[in-house]
Amino acid sequence: MAKREFWKKHENLYFAATNGKVIFGVIIFLSILFLAIFGPSMTPYEYDEFAGAPYLAPCADHWFGTTIMGKDVFTRVVYGLRSTFLVGLIGGTIATVVGLVIGFFAGYYSGKFADESLMMITNIFLVIPTLALLIILSAYLPYRGILSESIIIGLTAWTWTARAVRSQTLSLKNKEFVNLSRISSTPVRRIIAEDIAANMFSYVFMVFILQFNGTILSAVSLEFIGLGPTQGVSLGLIMQNAVNWNAIQLGLWWWAIIPGLILTILIVSLYFINTGLDEVFNPRLREM
Amino acid sequence: MKKYLTKKVIIYLFTFFIAVTIDWAIPRFMPGDPISMLLSRFEGMEGGREIIEAQITSSFGLDKPMLEQYANFWGSLFKGDLGTSIYMFPKPVGEIIAQAIVYDLILLLPAILLSWVIGNNLGAYSGVNKKADNTMMPFFYFLTSSPYFWFAVVVAFVFGVQLGWFPISNAYSATIEPGFNLTFIGDFLHHWFLPFFTLFLVQLGGWAIGMRNMIIYEMGSNYSKYMESLGASDNLIRKYAFRNGVLPQVSGLAIQLGTIVAGAMTTEIVFSYPGLGYLMLKAIVNQDYFLVQGCFLFLVIFMLCANFIVDIVYMLIDPRVRFSFSGEV
Repeated sequence: MAKREFWKKHENLYFAATNGKVIFGVIIFLSILFLAIFGPSMTPYEYDEFAGAPYLAPCADHWFGTTIMGKDVFTRVVYGLRSTFLVGLIGGTIATVVGLVIGFFAGYYSGKFADESLMMITNIFLVIPTLALLIILSAYLPYRGILSESIIIGLTAWTWTARAVRSQTLSLKNKEFVNLSRISSTPVRRIIAEDIAANMFSYVFMVFILQFNGTILSAVSLEFIGLGPTQGVSLGLIMQNAVNWNAIQLGLWWWAIIPGLILTILIVSLYFINTGLDEVFNPRLREM
Repeated sequence: MKKYLTKKVIIYLFTFFIAVTIDWAIPRFMPGDPISMLLSRFEGMEGGREIIEAQITSSFGLDKPMLEQYANFWGSLFKGDLGTSIYMFPKPVGEIIAQAIVYDLILLLPAILLSWVIGNNLGAYSGVNKKADNTMMPFFYFLTSSPYFWFAVVVAFVFGVQLGWFPISNAYSATIEPGFNLTFIGDFLHHWFLPFFTLFLVQLGGWAIGMRNMIIYEMGSNYSKYMESLGASDNLIRKYAFRNGVLPQVSGLAIQLGTIVAGAMTTEIVFSYPGLGYLMLKAIVNQDYFLVQGCFLFLVIFMLCANFIVDIVYMLIDPRVRFSFSGEV
């Protein structure tokens, strides 16, 4: 009986836990997260150590083979995954928060000067190609860490979120309960937080997933160009090394392809969670 | 209509202004004093320091007040002077970029247009066909999730190395003299195919997914149901749904452009294809900051033009935009 009450109260949770796409995505996501957390303790090597013979294809000692210098690809990948998750978390959060704040205020004050100027800024940054901006910012940074990488990515990725959140806010702000709060002179901050943001919780969560994806994709591209963190290892760096050392021409596919494959699978899993959640939160889509 | 375009043009001019300002400000205000770093790098080169210093003082005008430097930056920009490349000394940056951008256009235009058209059609098909939906969608999700350069590596490995069908670097063979003849064009297309194919496939997934969702949404909307109840054929309803679903896809193109251009840049690096992306990489590796800044400016200009074209197309296909801004509705 108590169980039934619980599911009734958390109806969305029930639909999420029974949605095939969500289950599939969560399982894959968690296994890759597991790899990132426990992978480094599963491997006897260091990521920069010359662990074995070079040119080794995947085998029992080296699960993902070795590089041209004899470094263990599995070790490098699991350490790289750690930085990927970190960048996604920090950068994704920054992008989501900035996008939300701008979107809420622009939407709430729609048509006023605040809205016009915020949207102007948004439209400008929407046109400036993010990667190019990241490149010139990073090219001039003498020392780059994971944190600075995530921050500059986050600060350039918020634009579409701001636009989307603004239009969602526009449709919410003329609802009765918002008007009621307004005539009872609730401060704007509270109206936005309690009336508008609270009603967009599901949407915000999905935006975060997409921003997480976008951030790790930008980070990997930046690392691939050679503008990633100056220390440590990242997935983009592994692939950059592979391409620079002609791993493709030499047939070392495990070095050039596996790191990107894992990253792609991670992003696919998040997309699956996202579409699954979309069905959960929008009952109209559930029948599909 | 006029108002709509005027508004857009003002935003784009303003964007250009901001981009130039960023381009000007970054070397001057970034931590770590990049300019003195730049100078110290040429310490060991015979006579190099003098050349660079002369160039830096002339183009940065470091001894002048900030405002004047800023005005000078604009002045030389309008004269088309983007400085001289350090890496390909003494070629001017503008000339190098003008050569590279041709390759970008040859690669990007067909890839964007074809993937948009084919992706939308495949997506529309899978939106109305359950069986096609189940088989194609996982594939599309996989495509849209792949980083461009990783997909380029996979394509290069499979078609270039394993099967040996296509060359995987440069825009044409070193042994062939560029010219307007069949051998060269054939060779050029042979080299062009894999980078194009990469860009085409990765984008395809995104368009198909977007269109599928739009079709499902439109088919469930009231006008579709009304038409159905009137006994309209499935084909007719689909046609109307498609026309409505295409609109967000066109504006989506404007939003996606940045990602596509970024993808093209990294793809060019994998294939050593001499477009802007490859050029920018070379510039970064050789610390050729004039070239990096020039590439950035050109990318922004490219984006502005592309966005403007998308705006015009949107206006042409959406009657609401045409009418709402001319006061007819």
